[in-house]
Amino acid sequence: MNMMSEAAVEKALDGKMNEVSYKMVGREVSVYYGDKRALFDVNLNVRENTVTALIGPSGCGKSTFLRTLNRMNDTIDNCRVTGRITLDGDDIYDKEIDVVELRARVGMVFQKPNPFPKSIYENVAYGPKIHGLARNKADMDHIVEASLQRAGLWTEVKDRLHESGTGLSGGQQQRLCIARAIAVSPEVILMDEPCSALDPIATARVEELIHELRANYTIVIVTHSMQQAARVSQRTAMFHLGQLVEENDTDKMFTNPDDQRTQDYIMGRFG
Amino acid sequence: MTDAISSAAGLARPRPARRDIGIKRRYAAERRFRAYGIAALTFGIVFLFLLVSSVVSKGYTAFQQTMITVPVEFTEAIIDPKNERAENPQKLMTANYPLLARNAVAKVLGVAENDRTGLRDVNKMISDGVRSQLRDMVVANPALIGTTQTVSLLAAGDLDSAFKGQISLDVPEANRKVNDKQVGWMNQLAESGALAKHFNTGIFVNGNSSRPEAAGVGVALIGSFYMMLIVLVLSLPIGVAASIYLEEFAPKNRLTDLIEVNINNLAAVPSIVYGLLGLAVFINFAGLPRSASLVGGLVLTLMTLPTIIIATRAALKAVPPSIRAAALGLGASKMQTIFHHVLPLAMPGILTGTIIGLAHALGETAPLLLIGMVAFVANYPTTPLDPSTALPVQIYMWANEAERAFVERTSGAIIILLLFLIVMNVGAILLRRRFERRW
Amino acid sequence: MSTSILLPILAVIGVAAYAAGVWRANAIARGASSRLHSRPGYYGSFVALWALLPALALLVLWLIASPLYINAAVRSEFPEEVTTLSQAEQGLNFGMVSSLARGMSVLAAEEIDRIGGDPAELRAALGARGVPLAGEPKPFMVQAAGDLNQMTAASRTMMTVAALAVSLAGAFFGLSRVAPRFRARNKVEKAVLASLIVASSIAILTTIGIVLSMLTEATHFFTRVPAWEFFFGTVWDPRFAAAGATASEGQFGLIPLLLGTLYIGFVAMLVAVPVGLFSAIYMSEYASRQVRSVAKPLLEVLAGIPTIVYGFFALTAVGPFLRDLSSQLNGLVTGNYANFIQAQSVLTAGFVMGIMLIPYVSSLSDDIITAVPRALRDGSLGLGATRSETIKRVTLPAALPGIVGAILMTASRAIGETMIVVLAAGVAARIQWNPFEPMTTVTVKIVSQLTGDLEFTSPQTLVAFALGITLFAITLCLNIYALYIVRKYREQYE
Repeated sequence: MNMMSEAAVEKALDGKMNEVSYKMVGREVSVYYGDKRALFDVNLNVRENTVTALIGPSGCGKSTFLRTLNRMNDTIDNCRVTGRITLDGDDIYDKEIDVVELRARVGMVFQKPNPFPKSIYENVAYGPKIHGLARNKADMDHIVEASLQRAGLWTEVKDRLHESGTGLSGGQQQRLCIARAIAVSPEVILMDEPCSALDPIATARVEELIHELRANYTIVIVTHSMQQAARVSQRTAMFHLGQLVEENDTDKMFTNPDDQRTQDYIMGRFG
Repeated sequence: MTDAISSAAGLARPRPARRDIGIKRRYAAERRFRAYGIAALTFGIVFLFLLVSSVVSKGYTAFQQTMITVPVEFTEAIIDPKNERAENPQKLMTANYPLLARNAVAKVLGVAENDRTGLRDVNKMISDGVRSQLRDMVVANPALIGTTQTVSLLAAGDLDSAFKGQISLDVPEANRKVNDKQVGWMNQLAESGALAKHFNTGIFVNGNSSRPEAAGVGVALIGSFYMMLIVLVLSLPIGVAASIYLEEFAPKNRLTDLIEVNINNLAAVPSIVYGLLGLAVFINFAGLPRSASLVGGLVLTLMTLPTIIIATRAALKAVPPSIRAAALGLGASKMQTIFHHVLPLAMPGILTGTIIGLAHALGETAPLLLIGMVAFVANYPTTPLDPSTALPVQIYMWANEAERAFVERTSGAIIILLLFLIVMNVGAILLRRRFERRW
Repeated sequence: MSTSILLPILAVIGVAAYAAGVWRANAIARGASSRLHSRPGYYGSFVALWALLPALALLVLWLIASPLYINAAVRSEFPEEVTTLSQAEQGLNFGMVSSLARGMSVLAAEEIDRIGGDPAELRAALGARGVPLAGEPKPFMVQAAGDLNQMTAASRTMMTVAALAVSLAGAFFGLSRVAPRFRARNKVEKAVLASLIVASSIAILTTIGIVLSMLTEATHFFTRVPAWEFFFGTVWDPRFAAAGATASEGQFGLIPLLLGTLYIGFVAMLVAVPVGLFSAIYMSEYASRQVRSVAKPLLEVLAGIPTIVYGFFALTAVGPFLRDLSSQLNGLVTGNYANFIQAQSVLTAGFVMGIMLIPYVSSLSDDIITAVPRALRDGSLGLGATRSETIKRVTLPAALPGIVGAILMTASRAIGETMIVVLAAGVAARIQWNPFEPMTTVTVKIVSQLTGDLEFTSPQTLVAFALGITLFAITLCLNIYALYIVRKYREQYE
């Protein structure tokens, strides 16, 4: 005990504690696109059953960080990730971890609604079908209905489940994509500016939905709208030029941030 | 501190049990699917190599020709027994030159002059092409008569095949085109150095011939050259002009839409239909001569135009509108903008498309068959109106010949054709690399 | 003066007119070119256009019209015993006259005088000059040939004079229009635009030419052979009858040819579609950049190889290989070393054609697959689907219409392909279902009916045009439908 300074002990314990108590933990995460470095040693914790908002000016790396959380950047050529990201304490970049399994646990909703050109039912049933989550047709019907209900879309589409998903309005399409993600029963849902392509009314509907989903899921959302971050999240992380500037409770972040840059950004001085 | 740890542990919920999502089975399917892809790709590439190696292995020997180098006596008693060449120069044209060659070879082999079967076998070893070979020597220089010259005589096609090892000597003699005696002589001559393989210039310069050893693609090359020239001269300006109109000037209406669909369709019309068009319009209606490279060129032009138009329009489309806006903003007319700025910038793309179109036209066979280019042409055409043939058509004609030696010639001609195509395509690629622009 | 001399003279006049226009514009501007509406070069071009275009138009018209007029005039002088003959025989007579005329223009004038009108001597004289005549010319022919030559010469002189006059007049007219405020550039650009329009109308003209020429010849055919006998006949046996003998006209049934075409095309598609599609999928979804940069050009090389080479490959390598393979297999199984695959067969031709079509399928479907938005792919991958699941369940279904279009386009190529089937499919027109036996196709028969000596009145020749228009119609329908589908498909994602 004497050999170690108190701070060092605390740091060691902190590291251990974080990995078990937080749903997802990023340690020293850096991302490179070829020679270009897009993220610099980001340390960020995601708490369970919490909405964590990632904010920052465009090109700051917030979307890049989000995509590292379910390894979506694997699909981009010459993209390299260093550092450590854990889900329930397991390193998701470990060779033992399977990316398909990971993505079944960490779902994603994209910026632009991207329903498959199939029926609404097929869209929602897609995930359960590939993962073999439904034992029979009745089971699948149940999953589809439950997912659509959670996404708040059931009453709007229950009479036209077999019409194409691309025929819905933009807001409905995005909720369909959320239902599609929920249907796989993920533990974490990543949302990449889910409302940027939607009108204000549709946005309000989706925000409401995010609020309700928090009870069952851990949510990480990237947004360029600070009002949205303030409305939906409990924790907020501010990125700037590929670095994590500050991570804090949302209330504190928007009233009394620790970092001057956060202050400036929230006041609208840049970004 | 202990508290902190325990409270932290208390915070962590028990992990949910891992769901079974069939990872193993799904990854097996993934690997299978991937393997199908690799198999498909390999299949295509393997057949490319099979095709090329099949042609090359059959054809590379065509660039060598067996020659028998012997001293030939230009005996006056055989060429011009009555000494009438002064009055009648025709005499030198019709003399029995193959006899000179036969005697020369027989002498080297020591075949007696009264051994008639022996002499017949010797005669079969020499190509009938020596007739024109020796005749041309004598006509050019009548003073040769009475002298003895060392001449490299063309060996007969069968002997050529035998010497190149293409005729299996295990086959019973009766079923073989070269008998044992001839094989013995062949080896004897080869040992003495009289019989050897030389580089075959004949295949590049000779016209067609029914004797494989004397047949070449010279006439066909000229015919193909004329046609490519016509295609280039006609299709490039017309194609570029049409593309400029359609891309830059044409109003968007039903008519231009129709032209658009029409051009895309013309690019997919079977080439043989163009042959029918050429036959009906250029030969039957306009009265142009059959077998002429002019008609072939016109037909191939019509066939190539859609390709060039499609490539040119893509190249024009790739020039960013800002260039146009800049020129127009300086007060240039639309025509000046296009000819001074847009067209030069699109030129590499246009030329690449043109070369690829030309390469296709060079390999095209079917329409040429219909406009009579299958004619047996042994003489060089002097103008595009003369009867001519084309390289791919020559290949087609030889492919239909039964003789073993023609398989070699055909493959040789294909190698020549492929070399031309490679040069053209590599040229197109270099052009694209050299001038490729990123906006 | 012949056209080959007249054209350079006109070119010289054009250059001179250009120079004159430039000079005059400069003279008017008196050193201050801003006084002019256009740059001096445009004035020059304007004058040159006036000097050349009307003269060339006249020349073209004259060259088309005068032979028609002269022919009619010469024919009208034919004696009655000829004019009462059939059209074909009159044509023969006229052919004789024109070859006589050609021959007589070779002979010197005094020689013709010496021979006088003696046909036999004329024939001998022409023969000595290397102009053989098919038969003994009749006296009236010699007369007509002389007239023909005279009229042609007169027409030529008149044409030369007229063209030169029009050209000079045009040049002077153009020159007279040159003035400071004259909008020469706009006029020249209008002419250029007109030439651009003419160039783009060639595409339309080609199509019209194809349709019209084949329709007229095919109509001639259908007056000899009823259309239903052609389209629904099951026997193809066009005997080449001796000239004039009508008794032994053959049978022209399209069905066996069409079946052969479709069967071989089907076998080809069986090879090309899976291989091409899987290659495209592998290259667009799996392959690393290095693999792609090698494999893609290699496949494109397959598309650049002329079809005659594929035909030769089928004839000398694939066909014999399949034949020997079948005889070995047969020998192993039954002990009887008879081959059950013919060297020329549906399988040989179809297989080799399939290899040829691989790059078409793969490059077309590559385009189609990459047009599927990345967002759809990400959506599926983000839900935890494997790559192959994404391809099978999302990408391919989304790309399906486009891929169908690509397959249809490839099918139209398979149907129109000629050289491979000419060399590898066989010539026997028969209806049968064994892929190891030879069958023949529409294109093979077009080639075989039109090579050799042709007589454009016999149904044996004309049937090729009926086959051609059938082929054209089938491929046209396939292509238009395919283009329509692909266009629709692309609009969906734009």
